[in-house]
Amino acid sequence: MAEWDPYGGNLLEVEQVRKAYGSREALKGVSLQVAPGEFVALLGPNGAGKSTLFQLLTGLFNADAGTVRVCGCDMREVPVKALGRIGVVFQQMTLDLDLSVVANLKFHARLHGLGGAEAAERIADALERLSIADRAKDRVRELSGGNRRKVELARALIHRPRVLLMDEATVGLDPASRRQLLDEVLGLRSGGVGVLWASHLVDEAEAADRVVVLHAGKVVAEGTPSSLIADMGTDSLAEAFLKLTGPPERTPA
Amino acid sequence: MAIPMKHALLALQAVASREVSKFVRQGGRLASALVRPLLWLVVFAAGFQNVFGVSIIPPYDTYIPYQVYIVPGLLGMVLLFNGMQSSLAMVYDREMGVMRLLLTAPLPRAYLLFAKLLAGTLLSVIQAYVFLAIAAVFGVGVPLAGWLQAFPVLVLSGMMLGALGLLLSVRVKQLENFAGTMNFVIFPMFFLSPALYPLWKLEESGARVIHFIAQWNPFTHAVEATRFALYGQVAPLSLAIVIGCLLVFFWLASWGYDPQRGMIKRSGGPG
Repeated sequence: MAEWDPYGGNLLEVEQVRKAYGSREALKGVSLQVAPGEFVALLGPNGAGKSTLFQLLTGLFNADAGTVRVCGCDMREVPVKALGRIGVVFQQMTLDLDLSVVANLKFHARLHGLGGAEAAERIADALERLSIADRAKDRVRELSGGNRRKVELARALIHRPRVLLMDEATVGLDPASRRQLLDEVLGLRSGGVGVLWASHLVDEAEAADRVVVLHAGKVVAEGTPSSLIADMGTDSLAEAFLKLTGPPERTPA
Repeated sequence: MAIPMKHALLALQAVASREVSKFVRQGGRLASALVRPLLWLVVFAAGFQNVFGVSIIPPYDTYIPYQVYIVPGLLGMVLLFNGMQSSLAMVYDREMGVMRLLLTAPLPRAYLLFAKLLAGTLLSVIQAYVFLAIAAVFGVGVPLAGWLQAFPVLVLSGMMLGALGLLLSVRVKQLENFAGTMNFVIFPMFFLSPALYPLWKLEESGARVIHFIAQWNPFTHAVEATRFALYGQVAPLSLAIVIGCLLVFFWLASWGYDPQRGMIKRSGGPG
């Protein structure tokens, strides 16, 4: 149950996390923070380590070194508490195509300890908010890519997380759906939700409060979009990003 | 880690109802789960009726037809196949990403695996009873009281084989590898057991090594524990081995899915 938790500090605190797969170091000491009501864009080219970082943030794996804390709860020490405070939209779709929208959301609600009328109410609210209430009884298979993503966003919000993690959530969406999803998530800030939005698409980071650029397993720059542009002496965030991440690093075969 | 009882039950309900609805959706699954043992019962057993000639051995107190002898083994077969199916479901869930959803739920992983195991066992046991009913229709009945007495043993055996399935799912990364698992796990386990003939027959025919392996086969003990329970008796050693294997398999599976030490981590693939 997502009780109100008056945690005032950074909602998400990542400190010097490292992760290696065999001899390949995917993350070489990454730190970042997300404050309440803050939208942080995690920008990085493919292979920068974003997915690995998300696996650590969602407790799928533990870091080799460093800490991940959600509202002060250490993901390694108290994973259940930490996981209860995050909502996640994964890069890969994780809906059951043959179940209805509501059935998918109910499954998630139960996993988070929400049942009966309380769950039904929250599910209805979430669908209403994302204007997909009319599709509630449809099977997910019948939904467009954009609407499927909305269902996943609705699902991630049902247990009222303090932090929302979006892992390349707009992959495969058309520009209009992409924009719509981004706007929905930007709108969550007013409720105090902290958002970490991972993407390799620079335009999605332009509206962010802060941008963290990840490249080859390291944070290479961090700041508001305008400060990054100023620091790099470029005309746009896209150019700044290209300058920071340079020519794609060749990984030894 | 303590989690509120209500949360635990809701999560169990979520996992179980998903397994059941998947089972119902895959209409052919019940049929194929039953056709297999029924073929053995109706065709194989009829053909071998007089070849084996089973003498009086506990728990039976009289000469029994061969069909009656193989019922517990075929119940075991139902549990074994469904247990492996639960492993397949884990691999499928991993490929479909549903596994991520489960593993990021605010519940201890061991509990989520336990919920999966219970849900799979529920399906196993239901199928076992449907098989018993059909066998009775074919005139191969077991004592009525046996239906009830076998229940705890079917549950434990189903859980033990399901836990073995979970353990395999740690290692089997892709659906394509599942057929191989079937060949290397299901068939040896089934044939190296007293499902089709009493183990002393192996000893008698001088197949010492096979007899030895069969005695160490957990499936052997699932079948024997079930056989005795169906006739209102307890096979303490077999029961203890079933429970012991259940605990060991489940512990190893939880270890395999642990984000800290797990085998998943070592193989490097995302969950």
